[in-house]
Amino acid sequence: MRLSAAVLLAGVLTVSGCSAGSLGSSSDANGKTPITFLTNNDPANVKVAEAVIAAFEARNTDIDVKLDTRPQGSEGDNLVKTRLATGDMADVFEYNSGSLFQAIAPQTNLTPVSGESWVGDLDPTFKQVVTANNEVYGSPWQNITGGGIFYNKPLYAKLGLQVPKTWADFMANNAKLKAAGVAPVEQTYSETWTSQVLVLADFHNVSAADPGFADKYTNNQAKFATTPAALAGFQHLEELKKAGYWNSDYASAKYNEGLAAVATGKAGHYPMITFGVTAISTAAPDNVNDVGFFALPGTDAAKNGVTLWEPSGIYIPKTTKDAKLGAAKKFQAFLASADGCAAEASATPVGGPFAVKTCKLPDNVAPAVKDLSAYVDAGQASPALEFLSPIKGPALEQITVEVGSGIRNAPAGAKLYDEDVKKQAQQLGLQGW
Amino acid sequence: MATLTEPSAVATRDSSPPRDRRKTSYPYWFLIPGGVIFAVFFLVPSVMAFWFSLTRWTLFDQEFIGLDNYVQFFREPALASGLWHTLIYAVVTCGLKVVLGMALAVLLTGPILGRGFMRSVAFFPVLVSTIGVGLTFQVLMHPTRGVLNQALDLVGITGPAWLADPSWALLSVALVDVWQGVGLATVIYMAGILSIPGEYFEAARMDGAGAWQRFRNVTLPLARPATISVILLSLIGGLRKFDLIWAMTKGGPGFTSDVMASVVYKQYQAGFYGLSTAGNVVLFLLVILLVLPLFWFFNRKES
Repeated sequence: MRLSAAVLLAGVLTVSGCSAGSLGSSSDANGKTPITFLTNNDPANVKVAEAVIAAFEARNTDIDVKLDTRPQGSEGDNLVKTRLATGDMADVFEYNSGSLFQAIAPQTNLTPVSGESWVGDLDPTFKQVVTANNEVYGSPWQNITGGGIFYNKPLYAKLGLQVPKTWADFMANNAKLKAAGVAPVEQTYSETWTSQVLVLADFHNVSAADPGFADKYTNNQAKFATTPAALAGFQHLEELKKAGYWNSDYASAKYNEGLAAVATGKAGHYPMITFGVTAISTAAPDNVNDVGFFALPGTDAAKNGVTLWEPSGIYIPKTTKDAKLGAAKKFQAFLASADGCAAEASATPVGGPFAVKTCKLPDNVAPAVKDLSAYVDAGQASPALEFLSPIKGPALEQITVEVGSGIRNAPAGAKLYDEDVKKQAQQLGLQGW
Repeated sequence: MATLTEPSAVATRDSSPPRDRRKTSYPYWFLIPGGVIFAVFFLVPSVMAFWFSLTRWTLFDQEFIGLDNYVQFFREPALASGLWHTLIYAVVTCGLKVVLGMALAVLLTGPILGRGFMRSVAFFPVLVSTIGVGLTFQVLMHPTRGVLNQALDLVGITGPAWLADPSWALLSVALVDVWQGVGLATVIYMAGILSIPGEYFEAARMDGAGAWQRFRNVTLPLARPATISVILLSLIGGLRKFDLIWAMTKGGPGFTSDVMASVVYKQYQAGFYGLSTAGNVVLFLLVILLVLPLFWFFNRKES
């Protein structure tokens, strides 16, 4: 008994000892204010983070930024939520904007920054996705990207193809590509998230056909299965599969293989989001300039435009206080400045335009990014559904894999996704579900 | 196995005269340290899990919603198939482990060359990390670049896309599970077979019984406790299987190899904590409903 009591006591002491260590003063030995920055552990992302920290520290010699990383995807989401709920969050952290941002309860957990001078420089669509209850909470991390289709430019030139503006044109191009002996459309179902692009990037076409769709969808008044424009995304998957336009190894191919295939001309098209440009520069470094980009074609050529994904945000939790809060705010502001954008662009090839008005794209951007910017500059763009509505069903990637593999047909897939959406809405406690 | 047979054996064998109870039995407060650990780490979390399965909680707040999570869970389209897949998976792995484990044990207790070495080889996969096994087989089972299909190509067979073909995915994972887990079944069977007194085999041989008859009439019935242990262990293991399936297919393609545990995990990933907890309670009840009757059935036969 005495022994177990001693062990227990020792355990308690160890635990309390741990936390006592981190209660230290707000400046370290060299008089610098130390802050911690938490971001995801994707190698390209870490490279950007390191470059940004170096540039920031060079301009703010009294601040010491320590980089901390977390897993990507839902595992990382849960870690962020847990650390926020337990009051153990890093001083500054990077996290999604839009629907996932709303799920971390910004009003209770984050420091609002609406009064900061840099907020006026933010792109309005980005400002909207880091705002909750009329308060702005974040500055942008990296770029706005566009969802659509990467295509192989040399193949297009060789076969005399034109960038398609309607789905019918696109299918005609696919037929010619198939006749030329290449896979018309690349799919990579070994990494399931890649399967969603044909549905999600079609949203510009959905909102072109039905401008109020996002609101009706949020209020349980519009469904994917019963809205023809929204159902089209699922039908595209089914149609391409039935026509035999996928690459033969679509079920086991991976994201990087897909990028390499479209870059080297093994495949004509790859539906993807332009952040893929960064990965092409490692997957097929010699072919970055062979990849072009066009928006997902819809039914009406006149309304052709691109679906945009907003950058994730840089946020400060309410637990950051005093000198650390000042330092954290400086770091957050730096990312919304021209210097911050330049530091980000210096680390990896950028995947799209910046969400800050004072930032300019470097001249040497990849052709796919130039193609994307053309749409944005022409105003032919709308944000993806997940930035207009808090609801995105979590099982979409499995459903699109099923439709794209011929396991389930398009109407059944859309119906199943509506069920998934309903579950998400109920979990969020939205009205009318 | 030992726990199934020992108590009764000890009770009947222990014929020494009863001693003074107050002197021998421990005071009740000896139970406190163990009881506290049990309560804090097992009892309280279990009760809390039942409570949380009745709420919608987000780590930041919670709301009591009664049985809605269960209703939702049983309406979940992927669940019906998940439940079915779980049963298929458990029965296939359990059945194969019993048959193959028994066959290997008979082989490895027989007079074969390098017996000790062969025994270690059979047990080796049990020692390897399941995630490691899953990732390795994911590479080996790649439809075009995998060693498995390349080997089949050499003999003129076109192998299926093991993990990417919806009709094969679940079965492929089950086969890898059997490969990894059969070593444990073999060891349990070997212990069972080796504990059968040699005289029985000798007597059977004197009576002119052949190898099959000796197996059928001596080994099989006398290794029964081992069979029960293997069935129960591998059935429970199969029902709860998660790590291997997650490492190999993540429940895919689509939902075709989703089992209860992976459905539960996906709900948790999506942030549906209450729903995910409800799924865990359902899995818990499923295991109990299947295993307890089986356990009683076997024990009744035994005594």
